[in-house]
Amino acid sequence: MSLASSVAPAPRVGVLSHPWVRFGVRRLGRLLVSLWVLVTASFLMIHLIPGDAVRAALGPTAPPELVASTRADMGLDDPLLVQYLHYLQNLLHGDLGTSLISRLPVSDIIAQRLPATLELAVLGFLLAVAIAVPVGVTMGVLTRRGHGRRTELAFTTTSVVVGIIPDFLVAVGLVYVFGVSLGWLPVAGNDTASAYVMPVVALAIGPAAILARILRVEMVAVLGADFVRTARAKRIPNRSVYLRHALPNALTATLTLGGLILSALVAGTVLVENVFAWPGLGSTIVSSILNKDYQVVQAIVIVYGVGVLVINTLVDVALALLDPRSMIKEG
Amino acid sequence: MSELRFEDVTVRYGHYTAVDQVSLTVPAGQIVGLVGESGSGKSTLARAAVGLVPLDAGRILLDGEPVPTRGRRRPLQMVFQDPYSSLDPRMTIGESISEAMAPGGSRAERRAEVGRLLELVHLDPARAGARPSELSGGQRQRVALARALGGRPSVVVADEITSALDVSIQGAVLNLVRELQRELGLSMLFISHNLAVVRYVATHVAVMHQGRIVEQGPTAQVLAEPDHDYTRALLAAVPGKRSL
Amino acid sequence: MRRLMGVLRTPLGLTATVLSLGVLVLAVVAPILWTDDAEAVDTSNILAPPSSEHWAGTDNLGRDILYRTLVATRLSVELALAATLIAVTVGLLLGTAAFVLGRRPGRLVGAGINIAVAFPGILLALFFAVIFGVGATGAVLAIGLAGAPAFGRLTQTLVASVAARDYVAAASVAGVGRLRSLFRHVLPNISEPLVVNATISAGGALLAFAGLSFLGLGVQQPQYDWGRLLFDGISSLYVNPWAALAPGIAVIIAGLAFNLFGESVAKAFGVGVVGGIPELPSVAAHLDDVAPVEDAGHAPEDVVLDVRDLRVTFPGPNGPIRPVRGVSFAVRRGEAIGVVGESGSGKSLTALAISRLVDDSGRVEADRLELLGSDLRAADTKAQRQLLGTSLAMVFQDPMTSFNPTQRMGGQLAESARHHQGLSRKDALARAVDRLRAVRISDPETRAHQYPHEFSGGMRQRAMIGMGLMGSPALIVADEPTTALDVTVQQQVLDLLADIRAADDVALLLISHDVSVVGEVCDRVLVMYAGRIVEDLPAAGLESAARHPYTRALVAAVPDMATDIDQPLAVIPGRPVDPSDVPAGCAYAARCPLASARCRAEDPPLVTEPDGSRVACWHAGEPIAIEIRDRELDHELEEVEAS
Ligand SMILES: Nc1ncnc2c1ncn2[C@@H]1O[C@H](COP(=O)(O)OP(=O)(O)O)[C@@H](O)[C@H]1O
Ligand code: SF4
Ligand SMILES: [Mg+2]
Repeated sequence: MSLASSVAPAPRVGVLSHPWVRFGVRRLGRLLVSLWVLVTASFLMIHLIPGDAVRAALGPTAPPELVASTRADMGLDDPLLVQYLHYLQNLLHGDLGTSLISRLPVSDIIAQRLPATLELAVLGFLLAVAIAVPVGVTMGVLTRRGHGRRTELAFTTTSVVVGIIPDFLVAVGLVYVFGVSLGWLPVAGNDTASAYVMPVVALAIGPAAILARILRVEMVAVLGADFVRTARAKRIPNRSVYLRHALPNALTATLTLGGLILSALVAGTVLVENVFAWPGLGSTIVSSILNKDYQVVQAIVIVYGVGVLVINTLVDVALALLDPRSMIKEG
Repeated sequence: MSELRFEDVTVRYGHYTAVDQVSLTVPAGQIVGLVGESGSGKSTLARAAVGLVPLDAGRILLDGEPVPTRGRRRPLQMVFQDPYSSLDPRMTIGESISEAMAPGGSRAERRAEVGRLLELVHLDPARAGARPSELSGGQRQRVALARALGGRPSVVVADEITSALDVSIQGAVLNLVRELQRELGLSMLFISHNLAVVRYVATHVAVMHQGRIVEQGPTAQVLAEPDHDYTRALLAAVPGKRSL
Repeated sequence: MRRLMGVLRTPLGLTATVLSLGVLVLAVVAPILWTDDAEAVDTSNILAPPSSEHWAGTDNLGRDILYRTLVATRLSVELALAATLIAVTVGLLLGTAAFVLGRRPGRLVGAGINIAVAFPGILLALFFAVIFGVGATGAVLAIGLAGAPAFGRLTQTLVASVAARDYVAAASVAGVGRLRSLFRHVLPNISEPLVVNATISAGGALLAFAGLSFLGLGVQQPQYDWGRLLFDGISSLYVNPWAALAPGIAVIIAGLAFNLFGESVAKAFGVGVVGGIPELPSVAAHLDDVAPVEDAGHAPEDVVLDVRDLRVTFPGPNGPIRPVRGVSFAVRRGEAIGVVGESGSGKSLTALAISRLVDDSGRVEADRLELLGSDLRAADTKAQRQLLGTSLAMVFQDPMTSFNPTQRMGGQLAESARHHQGLSRKDALARAVDRLRAVRISDPETRAHQYPHEFSGGMRQRAMIGMGLMGSPALIVADEPTTALDVTVQQQVLDLLADIRAADDVALLLISHDVSVVGEVCDRVLVMYAGRIVEDLPAAGLESAARHPYTRALVAAVPDMATDIDQPLAVIPGRPVDPSDVPAGCAYAARCPLASARCRAEDPPLVTEPDGSRVACWHAGEPIAIEIRDRELDHELEEVEAS
């Protein structure tokens, strides 16, 4: 007898006993804890920088009075706990502080830069999934047990290689071929539709390869599962066996890892934007780090972090929709 | 010879009570069979006895003293169900057995002791250098028994030790259990879901249902005149009892 | 070691190994050989395109790009290794914390890891880069710490899987402490995946470093690694693209090399023999000399299933393997036939072959294979699928895994009715509910809307039977239908099968390793050994009339409620025949107390007796002396078992 099998869920009553409600409550709880960790970490970031962050930002030539008054403005001389509470309070009001360099409200900078990044991330996300699902499923069927060993080797090798090459190097390669040598596509900015092609492809291609590879492996595993044999025993057409029985199960297994890959894709915008001078958050965070504009860095870290958490949550919801069992597992 | 006694033992996992106020005595030098369906709490009780899961209430006593679950001296030993996962695949069977023996002694003494233990379970001492992957399921289960005996226990808990084995091997392991008990005067808690197996090895039997012991007594008596409905249901379900 | 050599035998593994070694060698020798060339400034020749003098051209100070790229190998590799070391160390500490600290603190660490893992590495690296400042040291710390959660999670998962194994519990029972157990049992058993993943992370760290340096956040001038060269080169992409392409290619080659090396090792360890199973050649001649099977003429009218000389063959690493070697039997309408034998004797494969469900890699052959008079060896036509889908019901061993976990029960039952009987969704579901009721599932309307995990094991097995009853089966093939169930539930399932059989005159082929189950339910019993039927007898005669030594031993080895508890149990020495290595003569000879010289030389045919029973044994029915087994004999048997 395994211990796990003897542990039945505790009986509960009322609305809380509905699995969707319990799943929602638990998932929301985890989201809130993660958010709190994110916000606290970004708050601490400024305080963990060795030396005086304001002095570093304003440069060694800035007059001491300016540094002192800026510190006072930012409340950096208050006790840490007071600063923290202040910080949380401001965040709740959407106040992200003021840039030390440009003196603009950080929320304005974000509002101006976010849409470009969002476009890039969403298009990349969709392209990655649109490539990975059909390729992964087809390869899974073609290379199921006892089939297509050569195809498997070729596909695995290709997808590993493509999956490893980081997005910014893909981007550099694309720029060299299609921008510099052939001159077909613009190499910077987001003014025309054709300017989207290279950044989106650079962002999506690696995650697509990895996702397709995982999906193939899961598909092969699922096709060997007992319940697929049951489905075959019903003598329904093979297409139904693959698409109705195997695919949803392979997808759930893929999504568990896929969430991480897709959130890595979102973070990949940082590098890709820098290659293409994309006017988004990614290029802003890098220049802000180099300029030691910590208020801006702090805010962008939070924005990216929230994006990642949202994706993770969406993935979990998709999982729960696909596979009701995943709701009872740790939400 | 020692007596193992469970007094009002309760074990919970979260809100779920796996073992509910169980009192049970394994008399010195006897084999007590524990039967019940999966999930009834048999393994939890076994694991609690050897300290693998904490008790929420009650006591487990060995000759009136609490069972030591810290330190190297462990008079209570356990044999697990699945011989494919109960031996470390990286260790030779000699090393696995030696690990369970009391520390001390020279290398040669320890080797001799491992040989003696292997001999006790009818394995060739020359095979001490073999790895589990080279052994059949039945042989592995014998190694697991030898390892348990290595701790010089006075009581052994055997948790479904034959249910992962093919029928042709099961008999040999059951014979060995009876023989070891007789020769070493061990007390034993023998867990199984198979009434016929328990009937064959155990002098006493306890029936567990939903975390509670619902009936216990001498095997012959419980099987002949079951008191509890659940025991009767179990007996009725034994295949071969009736024909269709 | 042998498996490591296996890595070298695949083209990919060999390439990756050579490349990885090449990168490491270059990291050592390049700075010694070419530092001066790499740092020689030539202001007269800045941003020159590739030439015979400067193969990859020069940078904005006229320095040779190729030499700089080669020399940068050391710093790039060093930084990547340093970061990996940090990631692995911190990850190991985090990942093993749960095991060492015990439940509660462990769960806390685990929750922390889970939150950290959700954030992608590049984000964490940027975060730490802010704290530790721009520069090589800051970047090492940043990338190292950013990699730690992922490695920690991996370690945690691996540790948890090993910690759940009984040998760790056994060590704890034997008094081995947690820390000691970690080093003796847990870490050695997960070292392979850890090392493999550390290698892969080294590749990842190299690429991540290039990324940070490329953003200008990593290595600062005058030091240079590949990422820094890339950062400097990208601005002159239009003048000398090689200033960016050369370090870019270097990064990709090195990153790929480490990654692919790790992947190849992983594959070699995970999959075992590299190279794969060869295609199935035409069956070798020696497999074809099957024991003679007598022809029983044409099948009578009421035969549901007629099987003659059924063989199943799989490709194996050393030639074809034939786990089913010529099985013949017939099942009449309403008859219940049991199949018993040790695991691996070919029972399940026989069942799968009858129902055309053997894996594509296997080949099924038979002289005759007919269900209700139609030939199942023929091509897979719609008519045949219709026949199999409605007239044959399959019940599998494990009801937990035999249903699709992502679909509701009702839909899974309704599926075949919609397909084969052309029912509408609503009608099919109504029939599914009706069938669930027929297999005694209470409140079937509600149940039909539930998922498999909401059913108990016994209910699931009954639902599986109900699924078979969606059509109008003439034969139910049940492969160990009760093995995974509790005794009390077993009985319900057996009763259900018996009732269905009685009510509709359905034939039953019941496979079990448990002689008593088969004896209780069936009319006739087929005893299988090493892919053959060795005895076919009435179930009532199992205890008394069995003539084959294997059947007799099988019956005697299992204690039942009437076993004499004062006698030792009969045992069958040795182990079952491995289908890839079937001995000549009688396959049972090595374990048989009656074996004679003839048995070892000649395979006994399955002979039909006047009473209709069949047995394959040269010494069928001869008395077996009760063995008095002693230690000596046991040792001898060990040798047999071990060989
Ligand atoms: N798909 C397969 N490929 C290769 N060998 C297989 C396959 N399926 C079963 N076998 C082998 O066939 C033999 C008989 O298996 P099986 O019919 O499952 O026996 P049983 O049901 O009697 O336990 C086993 O040795 C098993 O390893
Ligand atoms: S033929 Fe010989 S070896 Fe085979 S079962 Fe009969 S007596 Fe034993
Ligand atoms: Mg089987």
